[in-house]
Amino acid sequence: MSDVFDREPDDPVRVLDVSGELVGDRPDLSDDELLALYRHMRLARHFDERAVNLQRQGRMGTYPPLAGQEAAQVASAMALEPRDWIAPSYREHAAVHVHGLSLSDILLYWMGHGAGGWRADVNVLPAAVPIATQVPHTTGLALASKLRGDDAVACAYFGDGATSEGDFHEGLNVAGVFDVPAVFVCNNNGWAISVPRERQTASPTLAGKAAAYGIDGVQVDGMDPLATYAVMRAAVEKAREPGDRPRPTLIEAVQYRFGAHTTADDPTVYRDEAEVEAWRERDPIPRLERFLRETGRLDDDRIDAVEASVREQVSEAIERAENTARPAPDAMFADVYADIPPELGEQRAHLHRLRDRYGDDAFLRD
Amino acid sequence: MSTDTDTQNLTLVQAVRDGLRTEMQRDDDVIVLGEDVAKNGGVFRATEGLYEEFGDDRVIDTPLAESGIVGTSIGMAAYGLRPVPEIQFMGFIYPAFDQIVSHAARLRTRTRGRFTCPMVVRAPYGGGIRAPEHHSESKEAFFVHEPGLKVVIPSTPADTKGLLASAIRDPDPVVFLEPKLIYRAFREDVPTGDHTVPLGEAAVRREGSDVSVYTWGAMTRPTMEAAGTLAEDGVDCEVIDLRTLSPLDRETIVDSFEKTGRAAVVHEAPRTGGLGGEITAILQEEALLYQEAPIERITGFDTPVPLYALEDYYLPSPTRIEDGIREVVDF
Ligand SMILES: Cc1ncc(C[n+]2csc(CCOP(=O)(O)OP(=O)(O)O)c2C)c(N)n1
Repeated sequence: MSDVFDREPDDPVRVLDVSGELVGDRPDLSDDELLALYRHMRLARHFDERAVNLQRQGRMGTYPPLAGQEAAQVASAMALEPRDWIAPSYREHAAVHVHGLSLSDILLYWMGHGAGGWRADVNVLPAAVPIATQVPHTTGLALASKLRGDDAVACAYFGDGATSEGDFHEGLNVAGVFDVPAVFVCNNNGWAISVPRERQTASPTLAGKAAAYGIDGVQVDGMDPLATYAVMRAAVEKAREPGDRPRPTLIEAVQYRFGAHTTADDPTVYRDEAEVEAWRERDPIPRLERFLRETGRLDDDRIDAVEASVREQVSEAIERAENTARPAPDAMFADVYADIPPELGEQRAHLHRLRDRYGDDAFLRD
Repeated sequence: MSTDTDTQNLTLVQAVRDGLRTEMQRDDDVIVLGEDVAKNGGVFRATEGLYEEFGDDRVIDTPLAESGIVGTSIGMAAYGLRPVPEIQFMGFIYPAFDQIVSHAARLRTRTRGRFTCPMVVRAPYGGGIRAPEHHSESKEAFFVHEPGLKVVIPSTPADTKGLLASAIRDPDPVVFLEPKLIYRAFREDVPTGDHTVPLGEAAVRREGSDVSVYTWGAMTRPTMEAAGTLAEDGVDCEVIDLRTLSPLDRETIVDSFEKTGRAAVVHEAPRTGGLGGEITAILQEEALLYQEAPIERITGFDTPVPLYALEDYYLPSPTRIEDGIREVVDF
């Protein structure tokens, strides 16, 4: 564990090289766990492709794709226990799925449906759309766990752009002062919409920012699933049992997102296609696939079986989400407060009367 | 109003760009900054081409930090420049709220005029585009409530250019909110070159004698549509587009009410604490004796803007506006 943290912030942890060769210490994962890691990454990739298509077909609203970031999300979330917490950004579909949200829960949210994006029995906060706001929430979750004497760890996910917001700095600072059981995972994909990482901060690394808050900062190859798992696992264990190190950790997972920022964005305006191609070499999926093949854990038949099962799972999730009844307008008023205040009750009744009088078509714009 | 004879047929978002460009050509001190405004030309393309024309000293891509963007702009303004920071969506203005209300708004007061803050904070606002959470807010009332700020919301391309130019030339900080629902909904002839529309003056979009309907921004169009339908039934609406929400054009507001004796206010912001209440209070204070019916507020609900499956029910629709106006005229 100590060599994970006792290193320079610009010395990223690597376990698999781009061709899938082992170049570091293989983390302690069983064959089943390694295959689960692979299966979840394939699932995330296929889910993402279908989600982008749904948006293009007008069956879903704006969607933020993740392809390229599967290792960072899946491997890190696999290092958490169900009692741990995730405070995600809007792009962590794979991480929150691994932690327990169903794919249809996730789709529903992007289909504009308030019943999606969360689940009562899963420790995942709703996606934070305003950038970096989930960072101090994570500190709060972790502080609460510590005050209660529980051993739950709280994990925030956010992008490189988020490290410029005040909330990032305030959240990490408070986490350091109270030495809370938190892991802050920065998915550094090199871009915040059109702004490249070099124009986001003059710091040589994002991991290095941890020093300002007296906590550990570590850089990892975020497209290397085994390295990501190893680093996350070490950070989570340290959060639970700090020993003589600070509990909180800032992980900078260096990676690349192949697609657009969201389906509303056109990266060709600011990003060079050659850059995308160069990063495809580091695609985490073939990389793990090669390792698993070489070590005899995977063959063509098993890959075909994975392919078939992820297709089926995603199709079923889409069907379930699309067959979920559209919310009734009352849903808009239902959970604003625990008890609906009189004025809001009157507004709800007013909308009822208008719908009775004019019919729903008078409200719907397309 | 100063106008040129030449015009260009522009959408509202093109008028934003034309307004910025014209002011940047006029005055070297005008600087555009914000997230994705330079190379990307803004996520709505409102600043497209400015970076190419004016270079990276005048059109600046900033780190992702609203408080940093606006706070930096305050310093630049105090130094003598005229920064025009963009906040990508109004729902993301809150990190900068502290800077806007605690410092931009009161720099003049606190220094008895020695330092001022001639800055225009631009942000697209409002719902109806099926955007994700926090991309649909209409929270103009927060800023109207802050002394020292001006708040402007245009509803047509020509006004957009003219009001933006006036805002940039204004010696005080202005929050300039752009109705993104109608960024590309229609075109209009907009004067080329120098064109200003004074701040603080409402526009009468439709003259009428039965009821005064006050609105602004994206709600102006459904309000006009409702007024058109009502006209077929012999109800003659006067539609007033406030354009500047702070300072309010009390004279136009009151004059119209004195003529019609009836009023409705249409806004998409939540009802409680929204500007509809302020307009109603002005009418009570200044024209109570002209009043012939209760004043109706047709507004968004006191709920967060729902995700898009229910968004249409949240925004006042032409039918809802028409219904509300009928309440007033049938009283
Ligand atoms: C406070 C705030 N400002 C602006 C935005 C608009 N916005 C959404 S995503 C984004 C870039 C985020 O970049 P990064 O943090 O690197 O995450 P990525 O999306 O690249 O994963 C911006 C500017 C926002 N959502 N919240």
